[in-house]
Amino acid sequence: MASIAETGPDTRSLIARLWNDQKARSVIIQIVTLAMVFAFLGLILRNVVINLETVGKEFSFGFFLYPAAYDITFSPFIEYDSRSTHLRAAVVGILNTILVAVCGIILATIMGFTMGVLRLSKNWLVNRIVYCFLEFTRNIPVLLHILFIHGLVVTQLPVPKQAMNFADSFFLTNRGFYFPQPVWEPGAWIVAAAFLISIAFVVFFIPWAKKVRDETGRIYPVFWISTGAVVGATVVAFLAAGMPLTWAVPELKGFNFKGGVAIKPEFMALWLALSYYTSCFIAEIVRAGILAISYGQTEAAYALGLRPNRTLHLIVIPQALRVIVPPLTSQYLNLTKNSSLAIAIGYMDIVATVGGITLMQTGKEMETMIVVLLIYLTLSLTISGFMNWYNKKMTLVER
Amino acid sequence: MADSAQTYETGKHPELPPPRTEVGVLGWIKHNLLSSPLNAVMTFLAILFLWFLIPPLFEWIVLDAVWTADSRKECWDKMEVPEGAACWAFITGRFRLFIYGFYPEASRWRVNLSFVLLLLAIVPVLYDKMPGRKFGLWYAMAFPFITGWLLVGGFGLTPVDTDQFGGIMLTLVIGVTGITFSLPIGILLALGRRSKMPVLRILCIMFIEFIRGVPLIALLFIASSMLNFFLPPGTVFDLLIRVLIMVTLFASAYIAEVVRGGLQGIPKGQHEAADSLGMTYVKAQLLIILPQALKISIPGIVNTFIGLFKDTTLVLIIGMLDPLGIGRASLADAVWSGLSREVYLFVALFFFICCFSMSRYSLYLERKLHTGH
Repeated sequence: MASIAETGPDTRSLIARLWNDQKARSVIIQIVTLAMVFAFLGLILRNVVINLETVGKEFSFGFFLYPAAYDITFSPFIEYDSRSTHLRAAVVGILNTILVAVCGIILATIMGFTMGVLRLSKNWLVNRIVYCFLEFTRNIPVLLHILFIHGLVVTQLPVPKQAMNFADSFFLTNRGFYFPQPVWEPGAWIVAAAFLISIAFVVFFIPWAKKVRDETGRIYPVFWISTGAVVGATVVAFLAAGMPLTWAVPELKGFNFKGGVAIKPEFMALWLALSYYTSCFIAEIVRAGILAISYGQTEAAYALGLRPNRTLHLIVIPQALRVIVPPLTSQYLNLTKNSSLAIAIGYMDIVATVGGITLMQTGKEMETMIVVLLIYLTLSLTISGFMNWYNKKMTLVER
Repeated sequence: MADSAQTYETGKHPELPPPRTEVGVLGWIKHNLLSSPLNAVMTFLAILFLWFLIPPLFEWIVLDAVWTADSRKECWDKMEVPEGAACWAFITGRFRLFIYGFYPEASRWRVNLSFVLLLLAIVPVLYDKMPGRKFGLWYAMAFPFITGWLLVGGFGLTPVDTDQFGGIMLTLVIGVTGITFSLPIGILLALGRRSKMPVLRILCIMFIEFIRGVPLIALLFIASSMLNFFLPPGTVFDLLIRVLIMVTLFASAYIAEVVRGGLQGIPKGQHEAADSLGMTYVKAQLLIILPQALKISIPGIVNTFIGLFKDTTLVLIIGMLDPLGIGRASLADAVWSGLSREVYLFVALFFFICCFSMSRYSLYLERKLHTGH
């Protein structure tokens, strides 16, 4: 047949033949891409080497062991002074980032869930007020919120001499919020041990109670028993050990308070601003999640004779969480990354310490930025890993 | 009670109006504000809250505010209670600074022209019933380059240094550039991430996850301090361009994830149908897959754009003067210092108007494109 004769032996060039073969083409494209990427990276590396040589800088992380020679005013977990090394400053920075991220996530979740539920309220007025707050807050840059709250805290709160005084032990000033610090005396280990043992008991009790419920239908008041066990054991141990606890109450000395625990205004501002900003996004997620569960589920539960709070607990919330958790994860990640705006108000997080002052002092742009990037990547991957694990646990197990 | 005692034959009862407490204003109040004791308490608290919030706020912002003055002191002297109201004179006096930054006076017509051109470019993109929309879209694509030339100068115009850019104009430059370029890059990244070629896929995943794992501020620091090491020796690269590149890359990684979500929502049958019609990969994506996928991802895309627009404020940390930066710099002026609330409120209002209208538009688009069942 003519057509076979025409298409028979392929006379086109080798390249054209390879290009028209899907597999060969895909291999060619990938090899070319890879070559281009490596060439690009090689070029950058070459530029970096040449540029570093021209300015006479050496690529090394050795500077982390030199004294940092700058102060960090807020280091609640480890000792730090200006003679400590850059490495220690970095650790303080990481801890401060984690602290504000964790506190922010907790407060944002609480506020977000509350506002999400209020947004579903049948009360028109409450609904509208929350809606206005959400829309107004969401559409304004988070940096503006942080600066605004910081300004409020610093300028509107009283100076230490006229501190807002709550029961002579809590003081709110523009230098921070001061409250008594618990000081443990010998014998406190008994309380700690009792607390840990009761926690261990709860960890075993909850799965056991669930198993009993699934097998026999017998329902234990899990929440009350767990809370009771932890609180009760701790309180009894505390009394039995002779109350091994005193409080270091902050006192006004000179121009500022001494003693007790101080929450710096920078931390307060960053924490509050990040929390309420993120909580607006969480509220919308929560609202969408609850609306996604059809009312038929609730009705079915009622038809089976479940009481309203059990319906909420066993039917609605587990299903809503499935919708809520994935977007919630990305909000948590956003909050953690937004905490880097700390540098704008002088809260010493990882960007402000390593990426800020250490960079300025040592002139090691490459090394410090690499460290900052790696730390954020680790944090992000940890949070998303944890939330993925949680999400997998919660997903619908279908037949 | 004659009425209630009266008996009617079956089916002859006259139709009565519903009880007065169930319809109209009374009914609405009963159902929406006082439906249960808890609700009544909440309504009461809400009214109390508004009562204590709105009137003082309104007085502070509008009624008692001072609109013209030469210094903070004069402002406060004009008030009944010093510091008792807003001093908008600060903002009105520096309005031009807030809009143009330090752009040279003589060339400000170029910025004004760019604003007009921007409006002309936005209309055909947003409004699809406009006659001759096709030309409008071509123009919108050319717009960033035309404006780039207008603002930076050269080729017949006086060159303007980019560190003189500032204010709302800088925000718009960064925002519009980021939005225009991050969408195509993001779509390519999303397609790459779903590609069957492992090398492309892994490269795209690495890029996206890296960008999404680090904060924008770290990338901006890289742009301002480290990027010069990557370039061939001797190259001087404008800071604004470096920032624009970083902001675009940052937004494109997020766009990529949003578009990937949309792509995942397209049933396999669509791909197979396109293949069976003999379409090439490019044709199938352009004509079949992407139109549907982008439609699903519109809310996410617009949300990313809103996020990008808000994130433009971060450039103030590396020393560029966006409206917030201008405001903070102005506060350092001893004549005016102490008026941070006015500045923040003004900048907040600007961002709120921009971002809120974007989100409203996305809602409208979503409803319009909703062709489902």
